[in-house]
Amino acid sequence: MMNVLPIFKKELRSYFASPIAYVVLTIFALLSGYFFYSLLTFFSLNSLQASFNPAFSQGLNASEWIVRPLLRNIAVTMLLLMPAATMRLFSEEKKSGTIELLFTYPIRDWELLIGKFLAALALYAAMLGISLLQLLMLRLFAPLEWGPILSGYLGLLLLGMAFLGLGILASSLTENQIVAAVGAFGALLALWVIGWSTEVAGPTLGPILSHLSIINHYDSFAKGIIESKDVIFYLNFTILCLFLTLRSMESKRWRG
Amino acid sequence: MIEAEKLTKYYDKVAAIEDVSFTVEKGEIVGFLGPNGAGKTTTMRILTGFLPPSSGTARVAGHDILTNSLQVRRRIGYLPEAVPLYTDMKVAAYLEFVAEVKGLERRERRRSIGEIMEKCRIVDVQRMLIGSLSRGYRQRVGIAQALLNNPEVLILDEPTVGLDPKQIIEIRQLIKELSGQSTIILSTHILPEVSMVCQRVIIINNGHIIAVDTPENLTARLQSSAKLLLTVDGPVGQVEEALTQLPGVLRVEPRDEARDATVSFVVESERSRDLRRDVSRLIVDRGWGLLELRPADMTLEEIFIRLVTEEHQEVQ
Repeated sequence: MMNVLPIFKKELRSYFASPIAYVVLTIFALLSGYFFYSLLTFFSLNSLQASFNPAFSQGLNASEWIVRPLLRNIAVTMLLLMPAATMRLFSEEKKSGTIELLFTYPIRDWELLIGKFLAALALYAAMLGISLLQLLMLRLFAPLEWGPILSGYLGLLLLGMAFLGLGILASSLTENQIVAAVGAFGALLALWVIGWSTEVAGPTLGPILSHLSIINHYDSFAKGIIESKDVIFYLNFTILCLFLTLRSMESKRWRG
Repeated sequence: MIEAEKLTKYYDKVAAIEDVSFTVEKGEIVGFLGPNGAGKTTTMRILTGFLPPSSGTARVAGHDILTNSLQVRRRIGYLPEAVPLYTDMKVAAYLEFVAEVKGLERRERRRSIGEIMEKCRIVDVQRMLIGSLSRGYRQRVGIAQALLNNPEVLILDEPTVGLDPKQIIEIRQLIKELSGQSTIILSTHILPEVSMVCQRVIIINNGHIIAVDTPENLTARLQSSAKLLLTVDGPVGQVEEALTQLPGVLRVEPRDEARDATVSFVVESERSRDLRRDVSRLIVDRGWGLLELRPADMTLEEIFIRLVTEEHQEVQ
């Protein structure tokens, strides 16, 4: 367990020694800033109209009009950005050969894996932190319901863990970082859109597809409901990915 | 300290090493000598636990590499041939990371890193990025990381490859200095290097161990006799008899893979005499056809010759 910490520190340092962390954080800050700005202006425009027409003001609140779509947009942005954060975790070590030394140090495979996973998760959490600042700013001007916000962020965190798990798995399968990133992005997008076919897939397949869809499980979090089946889905998905990554690390040794 | 037992490793269906067995005693410096592609790196990777063998096993520092890999890895230091280091880290930070991963206590860490940087003469570059270091310095950082846990067994894969002559001498000196504390196994394809550094040599070629001995004994063994491979178009019995009677010939051995009317022999002679002229004159005088005459590809000799010529080319 003690060995997770040095790996975590090394990976985090490596994120910030390379441009990856800066690029990912900056682009995320710009995009989520834009989302926030456009949602806010749209909301204030509607509020202005509502002040002339009281009937229109029904259901007009900042949580519904700003927070929920903002978090949803953040989820989409993460889908695009997280493969870039995970692609190097194993691929780079394989390419440069440093994996050979790492594998001969007295650390267990899972300690190595968890260290890397937590480093990526820390970067992800930093990104969520940036978006949280925007909501704190909004709090100065409008009343907010904190319940759905907190559950929304919990959902984003769990969703992000699933993204990272799949990204690490892809990275462990290839020594090419581009392949790892594209593979992870493709698989995540496929799991995202699989829910769209729910309606046409028929009564047996439909619910299965809907359950597999990585984003459908997020919807209840956004509404402020924490359902155990959704929490378990994300945790299971992450654990499965990490488990497969461990197997892939082992097979690397057996195949030479 | 190291007991390898019938180690075999297949890559797909090709055997990289087959039935490799040897032992290394505590405190020894053993050289693994062989041409490129002989199986040196594969053997070392197996000993470090990076690769599992297809069959066979080994005990390193008293622990089995398969069932107790973690204990083995606690007790070894390893320098891979390519010296893979994190190029985006500074030397001191990198060593700090390795010390932490190897489980050194915080207090011990600082002292240990300082000592080892001094020993490997990398104190001056400790604030530099590893990526900006010269090959020689990188090699020393590589050795430094291997030494950090005070390993009982030090495994160095081609520690002098790619260095300039001055750096080679420095690294060899460093390895000799380390011999007091650790058992060292190092691989090389450079013949003089083993005689300079090692107490014992394991010669490996095409995945098989060919000889294990001290450098002095090996040299003596090589000087005792020389072998020629000869293919003649003529009657077997007469040719053999004529060859046996040639002065300087110790032994004549017919080889059974003769094709057509030709016969092959292995002619063993004293090392100091080159019999090629005498043999060819004899065959021609008798009216037989001399089809082939060359030094026999006797494993040990041939490897030595190849090693010597490789060294020769590298010097040039």
